[in-house]
Amino acid sequence: MIVELGAFVLILALALAAFQTGFAVAGRLRRSPMLAGAAQGAALASALAVALAFAVLVYAFVISDFSVANVAANSHTDKPMLYKVAAAWGSHEGSLLLWCLVMTGFGAVLARARGLPFGLKTSAVATQGLLSLLFLAFAVFTSNPFARLDPAPFQGASLNPLLQDPALAFHPPLLYVGYVGLSVCFSLAVAALIEGRPNSSFWPAWGRWVRPWALASWAFLTVGITLGAFWAYYELGWGGWWFWDPVENASFMPWLAAAALLHSAVVTERRGALAGWTTFLALLAFTFSMLGAFLVRSGILTSVHAFAVDPKRGMMLLAILGATAGLAFALFAWRAPKLKGGGLFAPVSREGALILNNLFLTAAAATVLLGTLYPLLLEAVSGATISVGPPYFALTFVPLMAVALIILPAGPLLAWKRGDLKGVGQRLMAAAGLTVLVAVAGWLMFEPKKALSALGIGLGGWLVLGALAEWAERTRLFRAPLAETLRRARALPLGAWGMTLAHAGLGVFVLGAVVETGYRIEASRPLAIGQSVEAGRWTVRLDSVAVIEGPNYLAEQGRMTVTRNDGAAPQTVTAERRFFPAGGQTTTEVGLDFRGLDDVYVVLGERARAEDGAQAWNVRVWWNPWARLIFLGPLIMAFGGVLSLLDRRLRVAVGKRKARAS
Amino acid sequence: MKRVFLSAVAAMALSASAAFAEPPPIPDRPLADAAQEARAQALFDDIRCVVCQHEAIADSPAAIAADLRGLVRDQIAAGATDEQIRADLVRRYGDFVLFKPPVRIGTLVLWFGPLGLIVLGGLALLWRGRRGGGEQAAVDVPLTAEEDARLQDILSGHDIRRDPDAKPSND
Repeated sequence: MIVELGAFVLILALALAAFQTGFAVAGRLRRSPMLAGAAQGAALASALAVALAFAVLVYAFVISDFSVANVAANSHTDKPMLYKVAAAWGSHEGSLLLWCLVMTGFGAVLARARGLPFGLKTSAVATQGLLSLLFLAFAVFTSNPFARLDPAPFQGASLNPLLQDPALAFHPPLLYVGYVGLSVCFSLAVAALIEGRPNSSFWPAWGRWVRPWALASWAFLTVGITLGAFWAYYELGWGGWWFWDPVENASFMPWLAAAALLHSAVVTERRGALAGWTTFLALLAFTFSMLGAFLVRSGILTSVHAFAVDPKRGMMLLAILGATAGLAFALFAWRAPKLKGGGLFAPVSREGALILNNLFLTAAAATVLLGTLYPLLLEAVSGATISVGPPYFALTFVPLMAVALIILPAGPLLAWKRGDLKGVGQRLMAAAGLTVLVAVAGWLMFEPKKALSALGIGLGGWLVLGALAEWAERTRLFRAPLAETLRRARALPLGAWGMTLAHAGLGVFVLGAVVETGYRIEASRPLAIGQSVEAGRWTVRLDSVAVIEGPNYLAEQGRMTVTRNDGAAPQTVTAERRFFPAGGQTTTEVGLDFRGLDDVYVVLGERARAEDGAQAWNVRVWWNPWARLIFLGPLIMAFGGVLSLLDRRLRVAVGKRKARAS
Repeated sequence: MKRVFLSAVAAMALSASAAFAEPPPIPDRPLADAAQEARAQALFDDIRCVVCQHEAIADSPAAIAADLRGLVRDQIAAGATDEQIRADLVRRYGDFVLFKPPVRIGTLVLWFGPLGLIVLGGLALLWRGRRGGGEQAAVDVPLTAEEDARLQDILSGHDIRRDPDAKPSND
């Protein structure tokens, strides 16, 4: 009965989204605050209805109601509670409901937002309502999560055990907040194209409304992608963390577009310039989100992360993507040329630097798009099959970003309107000198010597030092008394702290990625009990292997001792191979030995025979130097984003004032 | 009793591994020469496991990946160059087997698209800058009356962000 209630409120939410769209359109056309208010009410009610439907789905999973097809296909009574709950968004239907929940939830926040002019807000509410309508219709008509099974099976088929992991339980919700948060940017962009006026104070205010959404979406995407990469790192047991897999790329494109958007929105907000370009990016970012959803759910890509294959759903999603993005970009082509606004600036200026940033970030996003879709297009056109993998991106994406990152530290030091390149050079002199030292130190520190990796270490150092130099500049570090520096640091707006942290975090990530990629050492051998294998400066000895019983799996658990090659600093790690009887799958649980910034990464493989014929296990060991920084860096970046978001002084108060002015 | 039974099931299941139908993969036997083994490892990262989902043979537990690793090692031991090994794999499995697609007519856009975008974008920016050249020059001449008024406005503490630029913009 409760499940039928879920199905019912989901249909109700669809109807409410239709009302939201209809009322908002009518309210805008007739300039009727009453109709617009009704649309806002419908948006709120629609969000509540989806929230109720989602709660019902979670409830069905919690009580293991196997008469619900989705629960039967994705859960099992033996599963720990966390994963029963997480299974609610582990399938196509459940995750689509989560998508709708975030979309209508943000629609409600948008409907409650204060300070937006009537026309802009009503148009945005209408657009967001239309998006919700389309995705809810998709859920109700093709992917109903509440479909019943008759007769109900006695036991469920369980979730893919690879997904039974804390990182992956939280990875989809975080990612979806990011993906779907960009829908609000999309709606605001469509509204701006309808309502915007050239050369007015409209655009700075609009930039101010769009930027928090872009920033929040970007921060959530950052954490979501990082969790996903961390999951791939320790759950797949391949020793790597990013494989340029099509589905990883699908999440990376919106991230790059959102990063470009939040930078160009700054220019629009501060200077009223780049209005057309910022709206374009806002449309593009959510289009990439929808493209990602299409790629993952249609089954046209094969990937470890992809959902079940269903061409009909794929066609529906493609239709939604084509209709919304097509209409929005058509509107853009028609309206954008008339929307010029904003101030003048010289090529060498903060604006100019941010334009360069945007040029490189969009080219990078386009590169990822090319690499992801090209094999599909080429096969469709010529029948030739190719694979695009890490070597392609190493030759295209990486140099592109490297150039962008070399320029990056200069940007924040340039003045608005007209910058002084020579002055910036002088202020970055110390950072540049230290960067050379960092690169030389990197070259000396690691074996074998690799010039390119040393340059990469220098680049990471340059980003961190450049961010610090900018902070030192603002606080007059070493040039004013310490008390003055502290006073200035306290007075720095949170947005400035956020930027410094985000850029430094990027440098931390680059350091980790370069060192891990350049100097990781792998070794693999069949080991009998008591035998050991060496990887670089570490020795791993297999002490014992036992069969253990988990809640819904059986495992072989290997206990191993990791020591330095001279036998010092022993640490015990356990690695498992798990067998899940419900689905007949086997997974690996990596043993991770944290050594400062490094990981010693141990995988227990299949049974094998040692050279002397004794019982042995294939053990694979990686020494991943500085791997910690790969995951720490993006978290610092996201934290910077959150700090910037909390800068209410800049955002709310001035936004209101500008709204009144316009 | 149950535990003993489960242990036996687990032992069977785990030793039989995921591949019930396939013969067990050939165990990896690293090459004796460290430099040759390093070459082999580097190649493994660039060769796709042809039956897997976007996995390199370096990572894949599939039997064919193990076979391919053995093949690459044998060829390295026999003195083949990396290029010869790649060419041999492409002859057997097509371009699909390499994660680095070949540069030919059909892949020109793939390989040179990113650079092309940067160049085009840069040219577009230059063109816009040049088109707005008259206004750009204004940056270097003394303030106009309008700008002077605005400067006074700013210095006297009025709303700094109000932007009275009414001129055609250059962006």
